[in-house]
Amino acid sequence: MSDIEERVKKIVVEHLGVEEAKIQSESKFIDDLGADSLDTVELVMAFEEEFGCEIPDDAAEKIVTFKDAVSYLSANSN
Amino acid sequence: MFNEKKLLVTGGTGSIGSSICEYFNDNGCKEIFSTTTNLNKVKQNQKFINFKEFDLDNIQNLNLEEIFDTDVDYLVLNAGLNRDNIFLRMSLEDWNKVINVNLNSSFHLLKHFTKKMVKNRFGRIVFVSSVVAYTGNPGQVNYSASKAAISGVVKSLALELSSRNITVNSVAPGFIQSNMTDKLNEDQKNTILERIPMKKLGNPSDIAKAVGFLCSENANYITGQTLHINGGLALI
Repeated sequence: MSDIEERVKKIVVEHLGVEEAKIQSESKFIDDLGADSLDTVELVMAFEEEFGCEIPDDAAEKIVTFKDAVSYLSANSN
Repeated sequence: MFNEKKLLVTGGTGSIGSSICEYFNDNGCKEIFSTTTNLNKVKQNQKFINFKEFDLDNIQNLNLEEIFDTDVDYLVLNAGLNRDNIFLRMSLEDWNKVINVNLNSSFHLLKHFTKKMVKNRFGRIVFVSSVVAYTGNPGQVNYSASKAAISGVVKSLALELSSRNITVNSVAPGFIQSNMTDKLNEDQKNTILERIPMKKLGNPSDIAKAVGFLCSENANYITGQTLHINGGLALI
C-alpha cells in the first residue's frame, strides 16, 4: 500500500469511525462507509490539511470513493 | 456568558451593530471582530472591537482568508442598507445594491465561517432581518425582498448544519431608534408610533439582548427561528 493510501485511510478511519478492514478501494464514503454529506466536506478539509493542498469544490465533488481520494491526492499533493 | 468565545458582527458602527458589540463585550466575549465601510465611523468607545474596513458590496472580490485569518463562534449578519423609493421609480442600481449588501454578502461570509464551525462542532449564526420582511412596506420593495430572503436562508441552513451543533436564527426588529429611523421626519415617526401598541420605538439594546440570547446556552435547542422584536407592531 502506498504512503498516500495509508494516510488517506488513517483520516477516513479517524473521521468516520469505521474499521480499517472495511475500507476497500471502491468503497463509497456515503453509501458504504456511513458518511453524511457534511462528513464528505470535513474529509476533504482533513485531506487538505494533511497533504498541504487546496481541493477546489468542483474537484471535491468528484471524490466519491476511497480510490478517488487517493488518486486525486497522488496527482495533486505536494 | 460568552467567555473564551469569538464574535464577528458585520456593520459594527451602526446603532444596532454597535449595541450588539457592546452587549457581547459586557458579557465577557473574548474577541470581537466587526466590519465597516469606513474606519472613521469607529467611535472612541469602540476600541475593544477589531474592525476590518471593507465594502460588503465588493466582498466577492476580496480574499476573506486573508482578512479573517480566524474562526468565530458567533456570526451576526447585521450590516444592511436601504435605498427606498416607490417601485415604479426604483432604479436597477438601487435594487441590486440592496440585494447585494443585505443578502449576497452573507453568502461569502457564511461560506468562509461555516466551514470552520463545522470543524469546531459549534457555531451560532444570527441574522438581523426586519419586520418589513413579513409585513411588506411601501417604498421598500428591494429592502423587504432582501430581508425576506434571509428567512429562507435561516431555515434551510439551520437544517443543513444542525447535526454539527450549529444553530441559525434571526431577529426581526420593528422600528428601532437607529441611524436608519433617524432619517424619518417627525410626521413619519408619529404615524409609526400610532401603529406600535407599546407607543415607543425600540432601543438598539432590545435587539442586542435578543441576539445575545440566541447565541447563549439558553438557546442551545433553538434553530431555524425568527424572534420578532417590534413592540407589538406585527404579531407573526
